[in-house]
Amino acid sequence: MSTPLLEMRNISIHFGGIKAVDNVSIDVMPGEVVGLLGHNGAGKSTLIKILSGAYKKDAGEIFVDGKKVEINSPIDARMHNIETIYQTLALSDNLDAASNLFLGREITTKFGLLDDTAMEAESRKIMARLNPNFQRFSEPVRSLSGGQRQSVAIARAVYFNARILIMDEPTAALGVHETAMVADLIKELKAQGLGIFLISHDTREMMELCDRVSVMKNGQLIGTERVEDVTEDDILSMIIMGKNPKRAA
Amino acid sequence: MSGGLGKLIKTLQIDTRLLGMIGAFVIIALVFHVATGGTFLTPRNLFTLTLQTASVAVMATGMVFVIVTRNIDLSIGSLLGIVGMIMGVIQVQILPDIVGFGSPSIWIITVLAGLLLGAAIGAFQGWLIGYLLIPSFIVTLGGLLIWRGGAWWVSKGTTISPLDPNFIMLGGATGTIGVTASWALAIVGSILTILFLINTRRKHISHGFAVKPMWAEYALGAILVGAICGVTAIMNAYMVPTRILQRRFESEGLEMPEGYTEAYGFPISVLIVLAVAIGMTIIAKKTRFGRYIFAMGGNPDAAELSGINTRLLTVKVFALMGALTAIAAVIASARLGSAGSSLGELDELRVIAAAVIGGTALAGGVGTIYGAILGALIMQALVSGMGMVGVDSPLQNMIVGGVLIIAVWIDIIYRRKTGDA
Repeated sequence: MSTPLLEMRNISIHFGGIKAVDNVSIDVMPGEVVGLLGHNGAGKSTLIKILSGAYKKDAGEIFVDGKKVEINSPIDARMHNIETIYQTLALSDNLDAASNLFLGREITTKFGLLDDTAMEAESRKIMARLNPNFQRFSEPVRSLSGGQRQSVAIARAVYFNARILIMDEPTAALGVHETAMVADLIKELKAQGLGIFLISHDTREMMELCDRVSVMKNGQLIGTERVEDVTEDDILSMIIMGKNPKRAA
Repeated sequence: MSGGLGKLIKTLQIDTRLLGMIGAFVIIALVFHVATGGTFLTPRNLFTLTLQTASVAVMATGMVFVIVTRNIDLSIGSLLGIVGMIMGVIQVQILPDIVGFGSPSIWIITVLAGLLLGAAIGAFQGWLIGYLLIPSFIVTLGGLLIWRGGAWWVSKGTTISPLDPNFIMLGGATGTIGVTASWALAIVGSILTILFLINTRRKHISHGFAVKPMWAEYALGAILVGAICGVTAIMNAYMVPTRILQRRFESEGLEMPEGYTEAYGFPISVLIVLAVAIGMTIIAKKTRFGRYIFAMGGNPDAAELSGINTRLLTVKVFALMGALTAIAAVIASARLGSAGSSLGELDELRVIAAAVIGGTALAGGVGTIYGAILGALIMQALVSGMGMVGVDSPLQNMIVGGVLIIAVWIDIIYRRKTGDA
């Protein structure tokens, strides 16, 4: 078996006395979508926040291309081409699309000043690919629809040549049409060889989009399965009962 | 807004809030002009009005950043007091013994020391807020008491005067640049404005963005250049009284030529406000620092997840506020020619009111530099207009308080209508 694009090995973190993530290992191969499933509070979001640099792990190791890396801040994660699309979208509502897209990585002129026209031009290019209907470049993102905001968040991750993409409930706030658009995008990015961690509550969607799913409960990893080896019901019992009925049998 | 006019404003891409504020200023000015029997809108009064506004306007630009990051600074009035007082001590009691009385280095060293002190105190308060996570309201409320007490303590309650003559020029009451330099400045300003418009248009075209129709560009350019020249003309229309000129010629041992006249031109303090306004606008719109301030105000979590160090940013914002307060302290003490321990009292409230009237949202994320300066001008116009028509000061305060509340209420309605939160 080849080296995973990204591997998180024996990761633990606790808040006060609570072990939010307890000795969990997951990995993703290039061109693979790995789903993370579990109830609210199972530790999925906490686990990926460690990967995106928002939280610092207490124990465990992270490997990119088989090489051990240290991720202590969002900037570290970006340096390793790990990009995250958060559940809350993490946009500054008062800024326009281009400002959000380039937040923390602005294009500047030779005098060190922000080059807004260049950033808007780049935003127009990437949006033409992701969401051709998007035209509202000069308005604060507050006034955009859920889908439009989502495409800004995705554009931000994709524009900077992400190799590993973390998507936390990317379709939670979206309508049917927009959800389909995100699904198509995930397939396209996968075809380009990105490794994607996908978090969702929608098991059917996960069965369709993912190659493998890892199920978590109470901070622990219940198991990782290839989707073709399991049924939706198997997944559900892993989520609810904390064990895979087939394996247990 | 009705069809034709609304369309015109949209084509010109003029901010409707800016128009509203200019409208409010014009109405206030006209009402007082009539009420005072024609003395409000005179070059002399407008000149005085800009002098009175200068120190609050400088601080209001910094307050925009503070409020945009969802903080508040209640300490600036007291900070102005202690910085003004220490600058007074430095230029009157310390430096003359070292560099000699009247040395031109006195004002430079004094101002630098003041800037450093203001920025340091601001940074310290910012550190308490950003790193120790004490709410800014509490830190600066404490600061309000501490620095005012400190100002009194430095001078044991005495007033330090007279200040250094060069330093006093910075207050603008005696320091003006004259007619020729004022026009030269207006011409340079106009040229830069036009170059800026041309450059923006060229850049937009090169990226294939939509641009305004050519007539709209011309109209905008004409309005801006007209405004620059108009203000300059007003400043240049305020003549120096003949007896002051006579005294000056006498002091130089010369005879004043028959019919000699001279106008004031721009006061230095107003030029300082202009420089601060331009500098702060560039920071807000064109630098990473400014972009991060607004990003943090809009969504602190998003800013942090984008790799922005919001704690350090808080320190920087308060340090900048402190430095601007020091500039305001220079202007305020220089205008009075003395530094007393009550200098700057209640200024924090005037400054916050100016920023808020200028459209800065207390919820954070929204605010403009020009808005804050116009807000300061509107407040000062109201106060001095009421003074001129003989409204006594308790009633003045009541009216200003009422206007503040009404202005914010109008702002809330405006935001609801335009969908700007």
